[in-house]
Amino acid sequence: MSWVTKTLSSTIGRKLIMSLTGLFLILFLIGHVSGNMLLFKDDGGEAFNIYAHFMTTNPAVKILSYLTYISIIGHVIWSIWLTKTNKAARPIGYGQSTPPSTSVASRNMGILGTIVLIFLVVHMKTFWYEMHWGGIPFVNYAGGEFKDLYTVVLFAFQNEFMVIGYVIAMAFLAFHLSHGFSSAFQTLGLNHRKYSPAIHTIGILFSILVPVLFASMPVYIYFTQS
Amino acid sequence: MKLTLKIWRQKNASDKGGFVTYPIDGISTDMSFLEMMDVLNEELSAKDEDPVHFDHDCREGICGMCSLYINGHPHGPKQTTTCQLHMRSFSDGDTITIEPWRAAAFPVVKDLVVDRASFDRIIQAGGYVSVNTGGVPDANEIPIPKRIADEAFDSATCIGCGACVAACKNASAMLFTSAKISQLAMLPQGQVERMTRAEKMVAQMDAEGFGACTNTGACEAECPKGISLTNIARMNREYFSASVKSENV
Repeated sequence: MSWVTKTLSSTIGRKLIMSLTGLFLILFLIGHVSGNMLLFKDDGGEAFNIYAHFMTTNPAVKILSYLTYISIIGHVIWSIWLTKTNKAARPIGYGQSTPPSTSVASRNMGILGTIVLIFLVVHMKTFWYEMHWGGIPFVNYAGGEFKDLYTVVLFAFQNEFMVIGYVIAMAFLAFHLSHGFSSAFQTLGLNHRKYSPAIHTIGILFSILVPVLFASMPVYIYFTQS
Repeated sequence: MKLTLKIWRQKNASDKGGFVTYPIDGISTDMSFLEMMDVLNEELSAKDEDPVHFDHDCREGICGMCSLYINGHPHGPKQTTTCQLHMRSFSDGDTITIEPWRAAAFPVVKDLVVDRASFDRIIQAGGYVSVNTGGVPDANEIPIPKRIADEAFDSATCIGCGACVAACKNASAMLFTSAKISQLAMLPQGQVERMTRAEKMVAQMDAEGFGACTNTGACEAECPKGISLTNIARMNREYFSASVKSENV
């Protein structure tokens, strides 16, 4: 084994992969939520559709999107690998186990992550797949012909089950992030009395703000369009 | 005090084992937890039954030999060692569940006794400094800032009892290993073997079959010596920098 594979297959190295992919996905969330704020613009979806067109055609964005796919897949595979190791480390459990004073999110990252993954599959089928390969209507703006993803979004969020599902999924994402954000820095070895309290606070604020903004989109569309 | 004890009994490493319930009476609140266990064992011996085996040594909270997972907490409800836990922490009529540490790397030897030699092997892999023995060195010969000395000492207070492993949902030994790496990484004496130490101790920790850390903080909350999670972050830094910089390919 080379020193690289040796390092990355150690428990700490595998945690490093979890941390780096997780942090990249946090960056992705910032980009994703910022762009999607265009859904709130009252222009019949023009800005949103032009943005969606840019996001699917720009070569730089293309590279970022592949990095995102790799991060998601890597984050999932490495978490399964680590979970297998962790389960094997305690083959016989305790008869009486009282949860100690640790956060619910930190103890259930696997379950929270699995729910977020299921959401992600549904979400990508609904929008990402439709945008790339689905039979999507076109609209004409000054710049030419654009795929009308905005209408697809409006249509999807007329369904109350979809809206409720999205809001619930965002709650799970919030819990996942509430531990994941600061945990990623701890794994990188970034723990210091000067900046760790700030990382923790920013992590909590981030884990509330981003999912709330995401969840507000289907709710807003549902109540303004029906 | 009158208590009901639910104790894990297991004849040997290959036995399946199970809980056995023992009622016990006449326990003073001033007794230590292990003295209460002694009372039980005297009763069992008088009845010609096999006494409950458990680890203990100094009974002063400094050796790290006692263990016991009591009512869902390593070393019981207080942040101390089992030997320093007193019966006043319990109430009359309580049922107390007593189990061994649970980890693949800590196999049960008998009853509540587990084999913690995996910790010894982690130390053997690099948790030392190689020095020539000779005359006693002068005090303060190597200047070390007070803050660094204190911090290294905080890490060195780890008694290697294994409560971190017992508390961790992944049976991870990272708090222990990181404390042992930290105490030497911060001091001048530890610099010579600093990189190989981090690499070898982590490799041994993995080879022993301990889990990985999920940063829940259960270990820190249960550690009788209050070893902090900052040690784990330091170990990660030491390990990453050793991986990149050391001459071992």
